[in-house]
Amino acid sequence: MELWQSFVELVHDLIPWFDGTVAAILIILVKAVALIMPLMLVVAYFTYAERKVIGYMQLRIGPNRVGPKGWLQPIADALKLMTKEIIFPTKANIYLFLLAPVLAIAPAIAVWAVIPFDEGIYVTNLDVSLLYVLAIGSIGVYGIILAGWASNSKYPLLGAIRSASLLVSYEIVIGFALVTVVMVADSVNLNVIVETQKGGIFNWYFIPLFPMMIVFFISALVETNRAPFDVVEGESEIVGGTHVEYSGMTFAVFFLAEYANMILMAVLAVVMFFGGWHSPFEGIPVMESIFGWVPGIIWLLAKTTFFMFLYLWVRATFPRFRYDQIMRLSWKVFLPLTIVWIFVVALMTQLNIGPWFS
Amino acid sequence: MGSEQIIFYILSFWLVASSLAMIFSRNTAKAALFLVLAFFSAAGIWILLEAEFLAITLILVYVGAVMVLFLFIIKMLNVDKSTVRAKFAVYLPIGLVVAAIIIAEMALVLGPSQFGLDVVAAPQRHSADYSNITELALQLYTVYVYPFELAAILLLIAIIAAITLVHRKETNRKKQSISDQVSVKAKDRVRVVSIASNAKGGE
Repeated sequence: MELWQSFVELVHDLIPWFDGTVAAILIILVKAVALIMPLMLVVAYFTYAERKVIGYMQLRIGPNRVGPKGWLQPIADALKLMTKEIIFPTKANIYLFLLAPVLAIAPAIAVWAVIPFDEGIYVTNLDVSLLYVLAIGSIGVYGIILAGWASNSKYPLLGAIRSASLLVSYEIVIGFALVTVVMVADSVNLNVIVETQKGGIFNWYFIPLFPMMIVFFISALVETNRAPFDVVEGESEIVGGTHVEYSGMTFAVFFLAEYANMILMAVLAVVMFFGGWHSPFEGIPVMESIFGWVPGIIWLLAKTTFFMFLYLWVRATFPRFRYDQIMRLSWKVFLPLTIVWIFVVALMTQLNIGPWFS
Repeated sequence: MGSEQIIFYILSFWLVASSLAMIFSRNTAKAALFLVLAFFSAAGIWILLEAEFLAITLILVYVGAVMVLFLFIIKMLNVDKSTVRAKFAVYLPIGLVVAAIIIAEMALVLGPSQFGLDVVAAPQRHSADYSNITELALQLYTVYVYPFELAAILLLIAIIAAITLVHRKETNRKKQSISDQVSVKAKDRVRVVSIASNAKGGE
């Protein structure tokens, strides 16, 4: 951190224009690049991990041709997508057709600005960071809706209509589930939410808010269009949903956005319910000192990796839900459950029950 | 000119430009998207005013939910532009009168006499750890708790009214019971009957 501070001061000294604004923008750019480059790499290798993990679960080998054990497969896929031709459907609205992938990926990356990776390691520490995540996350739906509408084609439109109604319903559920965390943590700042979970595994919020954690994880699957809720793509029903007409790099951008969103939801689950950067051995006498040297970011990434694995596991396990069943799950099961649990948390906070609500 | 002013003018330009583009756009979907851009610019200006909670709520509610439903409806309804344009001349006088009344009202309430540093003092600068979400919550739940609750009840009534309007009676409603569908057994649907073979004698 001292190194970073001296770097910030150096940049401010070197560029004194506009009362330091240019220097500030430069520093934010450096931070953004330091965040996005590894993120894109993780996205690339997450696709490889997905094919490998599901391959082994289905007793196949998965990609193993390009490079040793297939490690260069995502690189080859990226090169292939970049060199492919971008096809524009006739009578498609070209501007909106090209705007849609941009609108899909921009929020998926912008949300990462407020995620705390370790104590003091973030791009920006926003006071309303949880609301920021929900607000910017809800913009991603425009990418899918516009892709469906601008393609001027049947199946994309069906996919877009499904997606719009699904995302709007599950945003409400996710919002309510996270309200319980805000009530326990007393803050909408993600840094503060992680700090209040300090002190061992029993202080993490997944224990008092266990139903909300389950609701959040399932809703995250819907929000990111993952199996068993992937009706927006629905290969067997509507051949590929919103990105039927997209090819080459425009399709790749949608792909990147979807995987960036999945990783984001995994990180959010860790930050909200699984103690963020805190070590699971905190408060245990011997283990704490043995694992004391491990930096917080490693714990955060390890927990996130587990949730990313859960996404793949769920995809390999369950068959696809029917559209009306997903809607029923949202409005008739999850919404009443979350509202009841908000009242439960409010009562427990008011009556000072248990170790978490005192 | 400080950097804050440059950002303000950029955001204001986009706000005015996108609002105008929304009105003059012939394509309804494009008009809705220009409205989204206008919301974004307004949220940016609010963030410059240190009202970050309001700005993010604007994006969350209007951009994230309301405009999505707008686009949804625009896609479902195929608006025939020629019939709309044919009635333009008929509705023009009424529209002009309504517009004139609205402009007059807004000039009275939001006119130049209401603004300026002598009427409203310049807002205080707050330190970085100032939380306006706490401040807003304190005001909302203590001083303005009754208006707040009334607004909530109004919304509840609107929800119930909307559901009552589209709710059909039990007799002509088609619905599926998911628990029945899940708990169904094979013998409820298929009956295996052994039929005597008619190829008894000959081969």
